[in-house]
Amino acid sequence: MRRAILVAWLIAVATLASRPNVLAGQSNDTAAYRPGKDSVLEARTSAVAAQLRCPVCQGLSLQDSPSELAQSMRAVVRDQLAQGKSPEEVKAYFVSKYGEWILLAPKASGFNLIAYAAPILIVLAGVVGIFVAVRRWTSNPPVIPESPE
Amino acid sequence: MNWRRAGFAALCVVPVILLFRHGLTQDPREIPSPLPGKVAPRFSLSVFAPGQPPLARPVGDTIRLADLRGKVVVLNFWASWCLSCRDEHAGLSEVARFYAGRPVTFVGSLYQDTPSAGTAWISEMGGQSYPSVLDPRSHTAIDYGLYGVPETFFIGADGRIARKIAGPAPPSAVQKIVDSLLAAAGAPTAP
Repeated sequence: MRRAILVAWLIAVATLASRPNVLAGQSNDTAAYRPGKDSVLEARTSAVAAQLRCPVCQGLSLQDSPSELAQSMRAVVRDQLAQGKSPEEVKAYFVSKYGEWILLAPKASGFNLIAYAAPILIVLAGVVGIFVAVRRWTSNPPVIPESPE
Repeated sequence: MNWRRAGFAALCVVPVILLFRHGLTQDPREIPSPLPGKVAPRFSLSVFAPGQPPLARPVGDTIRLADLRGKVVVLNFWASWCLSCRDEHAGLSEVARFYAGRPVTFVGSLYQDTPSAGTAWISEMGGQSYPSVLDPRSHTAIDYGLYGVPETFFIGADGRIARKIAGPAPPSAVQKIVDSLLAAAGAPTAP
């Protein structure tokens, strides 16, 4: 009898130990705790937050900023993604509130095209310049004075 | 003069000058808001500082933008830690009192602050004529594209954002904007 009670007690303790939420007095609602889903949502939130500018910082994204406003905005990003909005829809929401300024990388259209095209054009101009200069140097080899003999 | 060289130099220098001209005439701190002209984002916020009669609202009362349709709404975001908010406080309070009895509602919204600090600040500043509300998790502030305090939004009787003032709002400017919105709504502007 004693042995049966001891075995039953050990089984009960082992069962409780495998469910730490019950021991801690918390709800064990599996619907509320979905580590896989939460980590995916966190990753999506971080990806969107990294593309949005923190309004109260100098050149920091919502993802990198420790400011309270950035944290609140990050929570809005998370909430909207959790509601089923796409990353583009979330970014469009912030653009509708703050303007295109809120995007860390400006859209590749209109005046913004200069920001994308200028580096390529400058590199191309440099390559052409070097090419022309090298051709000029090689087509006019320096005249070596003949020896007196 | 080598015209080819001069033309090439001009081609390099002129775009740089134009870019500088564009960049140096802009204020980097001024972020143009896309909101003026658009329908004001809805809010439903709880009063934590009642204001003073006749503009007072009970603590815990909910102020909803939807209930204010047909009125001019002045929504001012402020915080107790904001130094510029001190500069505009007395003037805003006075202008709000001036419009008592007319279809104008002033609402203060506490930004990134605690109600106790907000209440203490109002007492320190000698009171506030209009009520202030709490904005949990700054949702309304983000809906209004806020990037600092103080910022003041003027919502017309049609429910659209007419103007926004970033920084301390001068009483004369507030009065001018409210008067123009009252006139647009066909309401009398003077008592």
